[in-house]
Amino acid sequence: MRRFADLHLRPSIRDLNQLEKMIGKSYELGYRLVGIPLPPDATQNTISMLRKICSDAGIDFVTRVDLTPKKSQELLMELRRLRRKFEVISVTCDSKPVARQAAKDRRVDLLSFPTDSRKRFFDQAEAELASQALASLEIDMAPLLLLRGELRTRLFSRLRREVEIAEKFNVPIVVSSGATDEYLLRTPHDFAAFATLFDLAKPLGLRALSGNPLGIVKRNREKLSPNYVALDVRVIKRGKNC
Amino acid sequence: MLRRRRQRYLALKIVGEETVNKEDLMKAVWSAVLQLYGEYGASQVNLVPIEVDPGRNRAILRCSHKALEMVRASITSITKINEKPTAIHVIGVSGTLKSLRKKLLW
Repeated sequence: MRRFADLHLRPSIRDLNQLEKMIGKSYELGYRLVGIPLPPDATQNTISMLRKICSDAGIDFVTRVDLTPKKSQELLMELRRLRRKFEVISVTCDSKPVARQAAKDRRVDLLSFPTDSRKRFFDQAEAELASQALASLEIDMAPLLLLRGELRTRLFSRLRREVEIAEKFNVPIVVSSGATDEYLLRTPHDFAAFATLFDLAKPLGLRALSGNPLGIVKRNREKLSPNYVALDVRVIKRGKNC
Repeated sequence: MLRRRRQRYLALKIVGEETVNKEDLMKAVWSAVLQLYGEYGASQVNLVPIEVDPGRNRAILRCSHKALEMVRASITSITKINEKPTAIHVIGVSGTLKSLRKKLLW
């Protein structure tokens, strides 16, 4: 059976009640892995607390950090500092230089863009860089559910173009809820149906909610494991007689 | 001879602060379909409420099988009913009412 993942659940981590509610709801809706963005200075206690809530609900928890750098230098500094601390790193690209730097850096997992269609820099050049660096395009559903009228129409139109480009350059697409409360959560099949509105075919939509996010998590967990040396090189035994 | 039109039955779970009656639910669904697909699209969905149970926050709707994804996307886009935050989840889809009830044990 297909395992679904929501890499962008955004409850307030200070509100324990809301956290438990949203994690429980995610499980009920069919998700088995959730990513919750944490502040860069999140303590080990916070991470353990979230891990416990998720494991009690029967969900795998993924640590994630959302970076919003103003300049590409700032992005590089933050990546150097945080890459080994979090399982998933997402960069919200507010400017073209940041978008380009994020797309070509192998330490970035997800490229995210603001809802303002003029600030979405996912063009062919960006896709080519992202495809070489194995970065994915993240699409949050919450703004699409909340926006109305002209703004949503523009966003749909922009996303249609981005999906077309991503498919052409084999950039994986990750669909996340981006939900800040339980009323913005939907089942994976509902999100996949909604994604057909920007021409993401149903099978690709389902992959964007299962295979693609799970692949990122698997790859990063492998890299963060103490046995990882380099690509295809692992420590298989430790000790004096090795 | 004309072929019989195939239908799909959708089981819905309504999550909200208040209970939702049949009229409000259908108004919200029709308004979402019209907003996303316009009058031409809405004319293809053949949406019919089969059962709405406000007490248990669940409902069954019927639509044309060709318009299933349209209806599903429209239902997904509903975030408010009567100005109260609401989410509607499609928890099952089937070709017959009997098999839908059997599948969900309703």
